[in-house]
Amino acid sequence: MAAIIKHRLFWPAVILVVLLVTNVFFSGSFFKVEFRDGHLYGSVIDILRASAPLGLVALGMTLVIATGGIDLSVGAVVAIAGALACLRISGLDDQNSVTGVLLAVGLALLLSLALGVWNGFLVATVGIQPIIATLILMVAGRGLAQLITDGQIITINSSPYKMIGAGYWLGLPLCVIIAVGVAVVAGLIVRRSALGLLLESVGGNAEASRLAGIKSRWLILIVYVFAGLCAGIAGLMISSNVSSADGNNAGLLIELDAILAVVIGGTSLAGGRFSIAGTILGAVIIKTLDITIYTVGIPPEVTLLFKAVVVVVLCLAQAPKFREKFQRRRPSAPATQAPQQKVEVTA
Amino acid sequence: MSTTFESLQKRVIRRPQQRHIPVLATLALLCVMYGAGVVRYTGFSDTQIVLNVFIDNGFLLVVGVGMTFVILTGGIDLSVGAVVALTTMIFASLVRAGWSPIAVLPVVLLVGALIGLAMGSIIHFFDIQPFIATLAGMFLARGLCYVISTEAIRIDNALWTSLADYKIRFGGFHISWSVVIALVVVLVGAYVLAYTRLGRNIYAIGGNQQSALLMGLPVGRTKIAVYTISGVCSALGGVLLTFYTSSGYGLHALGMELDAIAAVVIGGTVLTGGSGFLFGTVLGVLVLGLIQTIITFEGTLSSWWTKIVIGALLFAFIVLQRAVARRTS
Amino acid sequence: MGTALLSMSGISKQFPGVKALEGVDFRLYQGEIHALMGENGAGKSTLIKVLTGVYDIDEGEIALDGRPVRFAGPQQATEAGISTVYQEVNLCTNLSVAENIFIGREPTKFGRIQWGVMRRRATDLLQRLELDLDVTAQLSTYSLAVQQLVAIARAIDVDAKILVLDEPTSSLDAGEVAQLFRIMRQLKAQGIAIVFVSHFLDQIYEICDRMTILRNGRLVGEHLVADISQLQLVSLMIGKELALLERLEDAGKRSFDAAPAVAQAHDLGRSGAVEPFNLTIHQGEVVGLAGLLGSGRTELARLFFGADKADTGHLEIDGKPVTMHGPRAAMNHDIAYCSENRKTEGLVEELSVRENIILALQAARGWTRPLPRRRQDELVQKYIDALNINPKDPELPVRNLSGGNQQKVLLARWLITEPRLLILDEPTRGIDIGAKAEIQRLVVELSDGGMAVLFISAELEEVLRLSHRIGVLRDRRLVTQLENTDAVDLDRLTETIASGT
Repeated sequence: MAAIIKHRLFWPAVILVVLLVTNVFFSGSFFKVEFRDGHLYGSVIDILRASAPLGLVALGMTLVIATGGIDLSVGAVVAIAGALACLRISGLDDQNSVTGVLLAVGLALLLSLALGVWNGFLVATVGIQPIIATLILMVAGRGLAQLITDGQIITINSSPYKMIGAGYWLGLPLCVIIAVGVAVVAGLIVRRSALGLLLESVGGNAEASRLAGIKSRWLILIVYVFAGLCAGIAGLMISSNVSSADGNNAGLLIELDAILAVVIGGTSLAGGRFSIAGTILGAVIIKTLDITIYTVGIPPEVTLLFKAVVVVVLCLAQAPKFREKFQRRRPSAPATQAPQQKVEVTA
Repeated sequence: MSTTFESLQKRVIRRPQQRHIPVLATLALLCVMYGAGVVRYTGFSDTQIVLNVFIDNGFLLVVGVGMTFVILTGGIDLSVGAVVALTTMIFASLVRAGWSPIAVLPVVLLVGALIGLAMGSIIHFFDIQPFIATLAGMFLARGLCYVISTEAIRIDNALWTSLADYKIRFGGFHISWSVVIALVVVLVGAYVLAYTRLGRNIYAIGGNQQSALLMGLPVGRTKIAVYTISGVCSALGGVLLTFYTSSGYGLHALGMELDAIAAVVIGGTVLTGGSGFLFGTVLGVLVLGLIQTIITFEGTLSSWWTKIVIGALLFAFIVLQRAVARRTS
Repeated sequence: MGTALLSMSGISKQFPGVKALEGVDFRLYQGEIHALMGENGAGKSTLIKVLTGVYDIDEGEIALDGRPVRFAGPQQATEAGISTVYQEVNLCTNLSVAENIFIGREPTKFGRIQWGVMRRRATDLLQRLELDLDVTAQLSTYSLAVQQLVAIARAIDVDAKILVLDEPTSSLDAGEVAQLFRIMRQLKAQGIAIVFVSHFLDQIYEICDRMTILRNGRLVGEHLVADISQLQLVSLMIGKELALLERLEDAGKRSFDAAPAVAQAHDLGRSGAVEPFNLTIHQGEVVGLAGLLGSGRTELARLFFGADKADTGHLEIDGKPVTMHGPRAAMNHDIAYCSENRKTEGLVEELSVRENIILALQAARGWTRPLPRRRQDELVQKYIDALNINPKDPELPVRNLSGGNQQKVLLARWLITEPRLLILDEPTRGIDIGAKAEIQRLVVELSDGGMAVLFISAELEEVLRLSHRIGVLRDRRLVTQLENTDAVDLDRLTETIASGT
């Protein structure tokens, strides 16, 4: 029992359950999933669909944060990828041409990769602090997205493109399949190879890792490129879902939600140990929260307020200092924490 | 005799210290930008153009002062834009409810201070990263805006309109009250940083928080203080914004935290803390303002170029800081 | 001696899973220099942190000048007259020297800091310590040793009744230590009580009047320094007759001229770090590096490993010239480097013992070729047993281990890469005496097995005991190399370091 409570995903899981139960309380048919026209319908499916882009962005963010970095530019990349894809598709003679759409998608993802390379280059080669390095693209990227769309909202009418964000495959939303697929592949690569260990090592202590012979430059480049790619895919999903690209507003503040999802998932912003499953859980919690606010009947105006409260509660629940104060009242099992850790003050 | 002269010379014409280089670079950039503007566009040389930059960016300057305090400790405050918006909202709604603007003023400043105080306390007492704590503050403040109203509220108050429109004239030029207020805030801020214990503690914490703690400095109090100061500055910035927009709206100052951070960084303050000057932030705000002015003068350039140019400048300054840091170590 | 200035009685302090202090008494009198002795993990640092208000206590009483006190933080302790200088310089290097001395109590007038007064007072204070510094310069422009002295200047400027010096000498050279001792005597004469912690026994015997000895969080003795021999002291500290003191059989006197050279440095150098030097290390040979801190010992070793890039000369491995592009290149040539600083340059504290041990091997294989888990477990278990790493659980985060065991983990990391040249930079610093003896024995075994070892230590006895040949460094220059024959002893070596010949 104690082991379960100690598990890093215990509290996030509890919160998710509480949110889901709250939903059932207000809407009896919450867990009802229907099969209609070869598709699954239901609130739970809606949550999953909404979580897909956020989950992807947060997935890329997890690895970046594991190396002790952060990527603030993902929101801008989301906008840029969507903008470029829609621009290309809007220029097609036949917007329903599969090859044309695939080309546009490929191009958008290539650009996302390139933007990831830029971030990775600044962090790994030039040696700029990640929060600053990615701030550059965060600021300039929105301008680039608007440059691509020429400040307009590009609307398209392409059924193949629509598939990415709103389509179904085997009865399941395609975007969920894509997101889960990417997460599973990433998880396998990271944990079956030594990549995960090396990333955690670099994030835990960069200089020690260098002296242990780890060439962190490539690893760091890889994670930023991956974050860019994930953001690019998410950008396609978001723009596909609404069949339009808005350079100004697409993916606005998604970087903050993504970071939040990572933190909720138990990965420390300081780097080191990370949990992909935790991040996905975090993304689902955030989106469930959105839906919960809706079903409970809280006016949408208060959504942000509610979110602020949840952020605070979650972060406090995970903060060692808070737990310590909370646990001191009960004789707890000996924690595996070194004494000297207590005086250390996080910067 | 010659030695005295040499030592005097050394004193006066000392080579710029490493930590001054970024600020000097910003100053140089500002001069080049201004010079280019004067050469390229007719009417650019009018001093009023420079004053207009101040008039249009007074609120950003005030917010930037708070942000500089926070960044000097090595922290960050993402909530400033939201607090600015909340201030305009509370201001507008209370004025609509019949309050005098003068009576509202302390209320909004108090709200800003309280939000900052709360964030600072969470950061200090529970070791939550500033990034996350102020993110929550941002959600909270924006959320409160929508609780008050989802619509924009006009500020219809004779006193306020006259204050907002009042032009302080001198020698054919004019500035607004917001410029005066902003400059006073800058001067007070610079004094606090250079000549008070609070200011020096801020630098110390930014340099090495662990050391500051062991040297017996009031680390917690100082950290809470900077977020409170930033909250007050944001609230004051919001008040100045109402001069400018005459309305309260939950979508005001969207993304302003980025502008403020950009101004601070372009002004030569290091994001990891411990090094930088308030004067640099003034220059940083001027650079941002001048970019907008130039783009307006250019006419054919679209507004999104502002963001791209700011991004490019951020890049240039960050690389410069990096080079300076390398040479120092 | 009258009543104690400070008396702590029955102090207990518990951390999750660890009882750091158990019923410890500690007394301090005016005008004495009091050594606090104990192995790592004995509770010294905890006791100091209790005294300086960093930790609160679970049980016990503290009385200052006969009045019970309880500090909520370092600030209150400072206000009560207890100043501390820690081993790692705890100053803000981004501020000026003057500010570092006065920050927190700057001279003010109506809340305004008087910079002029502050600069003058700082200059005066430093002059009293015979330090000639530009007080307006940023502290980062000065060396670590100078920064340490500035920290002491800061500590004594407060009207301190008690000055706590926690291993202040570990980064000072002999001259600076002498300077520090002079200042300590001066302060003692003024009636200040000094708590002094040092790993160097000679320093304790030179400067201290009394000592308190801790072991495993308990008090084991309070003695006048004059009343207790070094051997007795060490026995009290480790609680058993000392394995270390039985001399390892002299491994020297072997000739390595015939043995193949593993690594040869030809005019290898790096400006600002170490001047160009020539040094050959043969198979099975232990080359010791002796010299004061800052003499270029670490810098020299880092060039062999490619941790820093050399800007002159070149390195030959097995007689073939190579360029060291970085640690990875060195590892490809079977060179391993245990850095001086376990915490910042060695271990990834968050990761487990197992992960730390396999890290270098895994790095060499690249991330695409993971070491199979079975093989990991075998290797890790083997070295946990061989090096006697405690506790034996390989999945424990390495931060939970004591200093000595952490050092062994670091050694294990490099031993599993089966290096031919092992560079050990201060492998025994700050670890308990038992672990120290084990590591020394290991070095002998490894060299007997044919491994070349470059061994750095601040303790000359240790260098003498283990090395076949000793390179002496002075002022960032390799001044001479001595064969470790009977003719070479501590005095000779000390003289060489001092004179450079």
